[in-house]
Amino acid sequence: MATLEIKNLHVSVETEQGTKEILRGVDLVIKSGETHAVMGPNGSGKSTLAYSIAGHPKYQVTKGEILLDGENVLEMSVDERARAGLFLAMQYPVEIPGVSVSNFLRTAKTAVDGKAPALRSWVADVRTAMEKLKMDSAFTERNVNEGFSGGEKKRHEILQMELLKPKMAILDETDSGLDVDALRVVAEGVNRITAENGMGVLLITHYTRILNYIKPDFVHVFVAGKIAEQGGPELADRLEADGYDRYVNA
Amino acid sequence: MSEATKTAQHGLSEHSHGFGVPIQTRSERPKSTKLADFEEISTREEQWRYISADRLGGLDKDSLDEFSGDIDAKLADGFESSWIDSEHKLFGAAGIPEDRVAAAGWEAAKAAYLLSIPSSVTNSAQSIVTITSISADPAALHIIVEAKKGSNAVVVLDHRGDATLSENIEFVLEDEAKLTVVSIQDWNASSIHNGAQYALLGRNSTLKHVMVTLGGAVVRMTPSAYFGAPGGDAALYGLYFADAGQYLEHRIFVDHSAPNCKSRVTYKGALQGAKAHTVWVGDVLIRAAAEGTDTYELNRNLLLTDGARADSVPNLEIETGQIQGAGHASASGRFDDEQLFYLQARGLSELEARRLVVRGFLMEIVQQIGVAEIEERLAVSIEDELERSAK
Ligand SMILES: Nc1ncnc2c1ncn2[C@@H]1O[C@H](COP(=O)(O)OP(=O)(O)OP(=O)(O)O)[C@@H](O)[C@H]1O
Ligand SMILES: [Mg+2]
Repeated sequence: MATLEIKNLHVSVETEQGTKEILRGVDLVIKSGETHAVMGPNGSGKSTLAYSIAGHPKYQVTKGEILLDGENVLEMSVDERARAGLFLAMQYPVEIPGVSVSNFLRTAKTAVDGKAPALRSWVADVRTAMEKLKMDSAFTERNVNEGFSGGEKKRHEILQMELLKPKMAILDETDSGLDVDALRVVAEGVNRITAENGMGVLLITHYTRILNYIKPDFVHVFVAGKIAEQGGPELADRLEADGYDRYVNA
Repeated sequence: MSEATKTAQHGLSEHSHGFGVPIQTRSERPKSTKLADFEEISTREEQWRYISADRLGGLDKDSLDEFSGDIDAKLADGFESSWIDSEHKLFGAAGIPEDRVAAAGWEAAKAAYLLSIPSSVTNSAQSIVTITSISADPAALHIIVEAKKGSNAVVVLDHRGDATLSENIEFVLEDEAKLTVVSIQDWNASSIHNGAQYALLGRNSTLKHVMVTLGGAVVRMTPSAYFGAPGGDAALYGLYFADAGQYLEHRIFVDHSAPNCKSRVTYKGALQGAKAHTVWVGDVLIRAAAEGTDTYELNRNLLLTDGARADSVPNLEIETGQIQGAGHASASGRFDDEQLFYLQARGLSELEARRLVVRGFLMEIVQQIGVAEIEERLAVSIEDELERSAK
């Protein structure tokens, strides 16, 4: 059982106009096996929350805490967080020229596990995971994210999640840019990993469509840097119908 | 990586020089074996635009010693080595100096180390010549590699130790010869090396030249390829890794003077640390007689940290319209924070992340070498470079 606790989190970025506060007191607790959907208008700070948990250096935590099983995540470097079992599927995965997917996956697995995976079973694991995500095996020879379509990049993120087996995964708009078939494949992947590993999920999305495939235990409405309301899956349907007006104008 | 890319395909091109540098076409650049024929070095001259004479350790003076270090040759069957004096007809057979420092070395070296590959060697046999310098007094060395008609061989020239050296190396490829040259500059940190290399390609001959520059305070390499007859094929590869304070310059010249020859230039450099400075200048000249030329040159640089500087200047001069193709590309990219974050978010430490990216970037060139023990050693050297500057 793992628990990710976010307490009264305040986060700022440095801009040319000075310091700008983006997160204004976020409280959230995610336990193993739970799926939390976070929905909110553009610019409300959802990606900022995701990046802050992962440790992106651009975001400064000015107040509050992030704990993973009681350990202070904010004191960990980015790679220590990953090795502690946190995983961020990025909204915009970057290209790494010159580094093949197969080399990247093996290096990441070795780093996260602290030892190199046994070669033969590893090759089989990668192949199986790719088949399940309906990714062509030719991707392993390509450079990381280089020339990948939007949907291919997202599948590649889920492939990494499947292979690295994190305790907690944050999916930042992984569903955006996916066609219906890909959406189903990716959703099945998330469900499978959640079931197999008891992974906790923070699912950032704009669309209830993915929630037809991935059943959230909790839905949080994120507005102006904090959670404005939380509820069960029915809250997502209400947002779909009514939009965010009543929160934004509140 | 985020990068500024310049790509161009040329029909006819104008040749540009920096501010204040007299316009001169590459074909008119003076050549001589005599130091006195060259003026004192000045940054106003194109060849010396980026480095001042005071960093050359006296290599531009007429007082060079003859090389007194060690030349250790592990020769494959059939290869022959000897010393020849400067009266020998092979002296200058491939080319002669185009700058003052190379001329100083030429004049001071009264004999040359000759490596001969007879026609009977056709199995791409590998010979490794290790040049170890132990003295930092300015010195001169001349090497000639002769690949006889139809031979097929690999020669590694491996430079190590403490040196202040002006070196001239000639490669003479007879008709149909196939020669792979690997020139490694892995000097100790304070070394200064100016290496002029000249290759003359005979009819239907093939040269693969791999330049690897890692160690040394100031290393300036000027490889040139001249086509003496039609049908030649020159592939020039290079990799360099500059860390804090190092100055590594590569000036490539491909002289297409015969018809239907092909050239490819592919150089990649990584830079890391304060005042790491690399210069790459790629001059390709397609003379009027060189119809059917096919050429492409590329330079890519990867800046791993702030404070490093990579200059990259491709020059293409074309004197005939009857060519197959001619192009160049030059790009300098930064290993940026977003890439680093992405890799760290997958569990890699900063050092591992840099290592993965640099290895991916440079290995393409290392793999061209084809000599397993050298490839392995260079892979290790590159990692050492990374580790050293990470501290
Ligand atoms: N580095 C930065 N410099 C300036 N402003 C920033 C920076 N990073 C984020 N912001 C601002 O912070 C706010 C929140 O951004 P964030 O990316 O977290 O929003 P989001 O909720 O993920 O939006 P979307 O739904 O469009 O993905 C935005 O107004 C954004 O412009
Ligand atoms: Mg976002």
